[in-house]
Formats: sequence, C-alpha cells, structure tokens
Amino acid sequence: MKVPVAHERRAQLRALGLVAPLLIFIGVTFIAPLATMLTRSVHDPVVADALPETLALLEAWDGTGTPPEAVYAAAARELERAAAERTVGQVAGRVNRVQGGLRSVVTGTARDLGDIGQGPWREAMTAIDEAWADPATWHAIRTTGERFTARHYLNAVDLQRLPDGSVASQPEERRIYLRLFLRTLMVSGVITLLCLLLGYPIAHLIARAPPHRANLLLVLVLVPFWTSLLVRTTAWIVLLQTQGVLNDILVAMGLVSDDGRLAMVYNMTGTIVAMTHVLLPFMVLPLYSVMRGIPSTHMNAAASLGATPLQAFLRVYWPQSLPGVGAGALLVFILAIGYYITPALVGGSDGQLISNMIAYHMQTSLNWGLAAALGGVLLAGVLLLYALYDRLVGVERMGLG
Amino acid sequence: MTAATRPGPGRLAYLAFCTLVFVFLVAPILVIVPLSFNAEPYFTFTEGMLRLDPDAWSLRWYREIIENEAWTGSLVNSMVIGVSATVIATVLGTLAALGLANPAVPARRAIMGILISPMVTPVIIAAAGMFFFYSGLGLGQTHLGIILAHAALGVPFVVVTVTATLAAYDPNLTRAAASLGAGPWTTFRRVQFPLIAPGVISGALFAFAVSFDEVVVVLFMGGVDQRTIPRQMWSGIREQISPAILAVATFLIAFAALLLLTVEWLRRRGRA
Repeated sequence: MKVPVAHERRAQLRALGLVAPLLIFIGVTFIAPLATMLTRSVHDPVVADALPETLALLEAWDGTGTPPEAVYAAAARELERAAAERTVGQVAGRVNRVQGGLRSVVTGTARDLGDIGQGPWREAMTAIDEAWADPATWHAIRTTGERFTARHYLNAVDLQRLPDGSVASQPEERRIYLRLFLRTLMVSGVITLLCLLLGYPIAHLIARAPPHRANLLLVLVLVPFWTSLLVRTTAWIVLLQTQGVLNDILVAMGLVSDDGRLAMVYNMTGTIVAMTHVLLPFMVLPLYSVMRGIPSTHMNAAASLGATPLQAFLRVYWPQSLPGVGAGALLVFILAIGYYITPALVGGSDGQLISNMIAYHMQTSLNWGLAAALGGVLLAGVLLLYALYDRLVGVERMGLG
Repeated sequence: MTAATRPGPGRLAYLAFCTLVFVFLVAPILVIVPLSFNAEPYFTFTEGMLRLDPDAWSLRWYREIIENEAWTGSLVNSMVIGVSATVIATVLGTLAALGLANPAVPARRAIMGILISPMVTPVIIAAAGMFFFYSGLGLGQTHLGIILAHAALGVPFVVVTVTATLAAYDPNLTRAAASLGAGPWTTFRRVQFPLIAPGVISGALFAFAVSFDEVVVVLFMGGVDQRTIPRQMWSGIREQISPAILAVATFLIAFAALLLLTVEWLRRRGRA
C-alpha cells in the first residue's frame, strides 16, 4: 500500500516541478503587473504624502465655514515644500479632478507663498485666491488626501461622494462611463450576433464538405486569423474610406453620387465591420469542431420520419450545435468587450469603446487612478465570462476550436 | 437524392450566402496586394491600373520601405523581440503542458486558468499594468521588458497547442520505453518529444505570431529604440498614411500565409 502512494507522490511532485517555472514566470510578468494596476485604482498616496499635517488637522474640521488658522498655516508650509520638491503639480491635478478649476489655485498659491514670510495664513492665502475661503476647496483636499480611496471606482460608474459623505450621481454632463460601458456591451453583442449569423452557415458548410475541400475552406477562414491585425485594419480603411475602393465601386455603378459618398469608416460602422471581420474566425472554429461531430445520418433520419428541412434543422441539428454556438459566442463576446486597436484606428469619435477610454486616461489625461478603476471594472466582467467559459467549454480548448 | 443532383433554391441561396461570407473574410486582405503596386500615392485603383497600363503600376513603395531605416530597423526589432519571446514561451509552456498532462497535479484547473488568462485579458489592461510594473523595475523602454511581456502573451497558445497534442499521446509508450530500460530523459527525448514535436512547433509559431503582431504593449512600454513593425504601421495609419504601408502589409500577408501553411502541415502530420 505504501509503495504506490510514495510513487504517486513523486510523480505529482515532478509534474508540479514542470509547471512551477511557468507559473512563477506568469506570476511575475503578467499577474503582478495586473495587481499593480488594480492597486492604483484604490491606492493614491500623492496628496497624503505631500500634505500630511494639513490632512491630520482637517480631520477635526466640521466641514462648515472655513477651517481654523492652524490648517491654513500647515497648508501654507506644506504647499511651499511641495513646490520646492516639484510635487505640487501632481497634488494640484488630483484636487482639480474633484473640484474643477482648483489646479491653478493650488499651483498659483504654492508659487506666491514663497514671497510671504509670515501669517496670519488665512488672510494671506485668501488674498492670493478667494477659493481658499470656500469650504469646497478644503473638501476637495480632504477627499484626495485619502490614501486608500473608493473615489476612482465611484467615478468609473458615474457616482461621487458628496462632502457630507453620501454617495450620489455625477452631474449630468460628467455621466459618461456607464453609457460607455453599456455601449461597449451593446456593440459587442451586435458583433457576436453578426459573427454567429455569418459564421454558422460556413461552419456548417465546412463540417459537411469532403475532407480535402473542408481543409481548403478552413484555410480561407484561417487566413484572416493569421494575418496581422494592423494589416486587416488597414485593409478596411482602404476599402471603406470615402475615397476608397468600395465607394469608388458604388459611384462607378451609379448607386451613390460622387458627392454623396458614404461614411463607412472612422465611425461606429467602421468599428463594427472591422471587428466582425477580425473576430469571425473565433466563432467559426468552435462551431466547426462541434458540427463535425454531428452525424449527417441524424438529418436524414429526421427527413425520413417526415420532418421538413426547417423542422429537422430546428429540432435535430440546432440543439446539437448549441455547445459550439455557446463556445463561439462567449469567446467572441469576451474578446470584443476588451478590444482596443481596431476601434482606435477605425472608430473615429463615435466608434470608441471602453478600452479606448482607458487608453485616453493612461496617455492623455494622465488620470491613472481612474484608468485603473475602469480597467478593474472591465477586468471583473471579463473574468466572470472567462469563468463561465471554463465551466461550459474548458479553457484549455480556447481559441483553436 | 434529387436534392443532391439538382440543388433547390434554398440550397442555392445557402451556397451563395456562404460564398459571400468567404469573400468577406478574404477579399479585404487580397485587395491590399495589387494596391501596393500603385504608382500614385492613392489608396484606390487608378484608371491606369484598371486599364493595366504598365506605367500605373510600380515598385516605388517597395523601394521606399527597403531604403527607409525606420522600416528596416523595426524589422530587426520585431525579429529580435519575437524570437526571444518565442523561445521563452515555448520552453516554459511545453514544460508546463507536460506537467499538466498528469491528472494528479493539484489545482490543475485553476493553474490552467491562470496560464491561459493572458489570452483573454483585455490587452489595454495588461499593457497599462505592465507599464507601471516594468517601469518600476527599470525595464521600461528596454528590449528585455517587451520580450518578457510578449512571452507572457504567447504562453497560452503554447500551452493550448501542446496540451492538445499530449491528449493524443499514448502514455503506454512511456511505460514501454521504461520497461525496455530507458531513463526518463531518454524516454522524453527519443519517444515522447518526437511525437509531440508538431504541437510544440505549432505553439511556437503561434507565440511568434502573437509577438510579431503585438502593438499595444509596445505603444505603452517601448521607446524609440523598441519600434517594431506593428508599432511603425500604427504610426503610419494614424499620422502620415502612405501606400508604403500597403507594401509592408503585403509582406506581412505573405508571411502570414507561410505561417498558416506550416501550421496546417504540422497539424496534419501530428494527426497522421
């Protein structure tokens, strides 16, 4: 009894030893970066590090009227130091995101304080800028001073924390992210449906074709799968742009006039068409591998029992192909909601998805906390669908059918 | 029987629809090839091209990319990064797939889930995280950082392909080799590896294709010295769109076709 157990244990350890290097590698090169980013969505120490005393004194402030002189004195000292250490810009940027217009107040005050040697600081700072007499300014500083904060996540779903601590909707003009998430889901749904509509018949055709022809047709499906994404995106720009091939053909055929050329790219149409093209192979391959396992005799049997072709399809073939439909649709949907490159290149202004907004906050607005929170929400959604995919299909069969 | 000899209208419509879908899949890619020989800086067929006037066709865009150091330099970068990332992903991925083939591995499903996750994680999230993390390690704007990142993105493809090949491997062969006196290493080298080699090579080609086509991580982490072909194309599409891009694209299409045919050939060999 003891020998096989020890033997099994050794085999198990050897297997683990083979897996460990990759597990560690993925942990360091991939999981750790994701964790770093998620940390940034809740952890933002810049203001807390720059203004520790001010924030400690603000704790005691009741939130109405202006804070006591001691707060002003601490703020004046710490802002001056932040200016000297060149961190005041980062502080100002964060405060500005909570209360618009405060960026110049903070940087300007920090600069001008250098010329003022002594207090009283409340008068001195209010003389530099009226905003220091406004409680909202101090609320903004207190909010950004939280080392661990939920405000990026609140912001990512169009909510905000009010000065009294309650949670409320953002003002109408700042409610953009929920709508964008919703649009991303809808566009992904449309693309998934289009892929199913286009992919189902050809997967069926390939599954029923004789082997050599099936191989040839499969290669046609795989050509776009292997062709560089940037090449495929370029191809759609070339085809769809106003001076492009498709518009030229339509004009030559007299279907549209020369000045009535269709805008098919750099908008949502471009995003949907190009993404359907890019993701179609991911639908066809799982469908094909399931359909190949459906015996053709089933349809013949249904026909011989008196079913019309439509009845036979709906009652016999379609139910058996459902695992492929589920696998393909789920995979296309997962890939679509995180898509970045295609919408960035052919989406124009109205064809952008949530990933493009994350890129915008990473590269342009430099609001990394918000970018991380938007990414966190997106990642949670993707992981949920990924877990579902694992239950239904098994992740080791991903992508290649 | 009659349906097979004389296709009805329903079947004709079905075949016509399928043909259109295949055209949709392939035609956009093929259109690029003739346009890359355009003598004019346009993205559409000129009248001269349609008349097959030899003067309307030219190799000027090919000359331009060959003489342009930005493009040749990006090819070198792409190759160096792609090959290095592929080696890492293939070695580690194959070892892990061999380990995971043992059903006794604890938490096998969870481990598989982690190893495949780079394939479904939205690349913008991965790239943003890598930007923070790798910069913190001093690997921002280095070849090494991008190589490690691309290796992580290529790993799932190696694990999936090798696992699929291993599923068809008969473990009795290992036992037979052992009973004939071969040690574990000899058994692996002489029996198991030759049988799973097509899967390993396919996985490697997938991993290479992933790196060779990756642009988002390079956008976030790479500097001027790490410009790859996709990065160069990205600027080309966004900034000064010139038909030189179509010439590069034609090269990439030929390259993709080569990769595809190799993998298909390996797949058939693996099955035979």
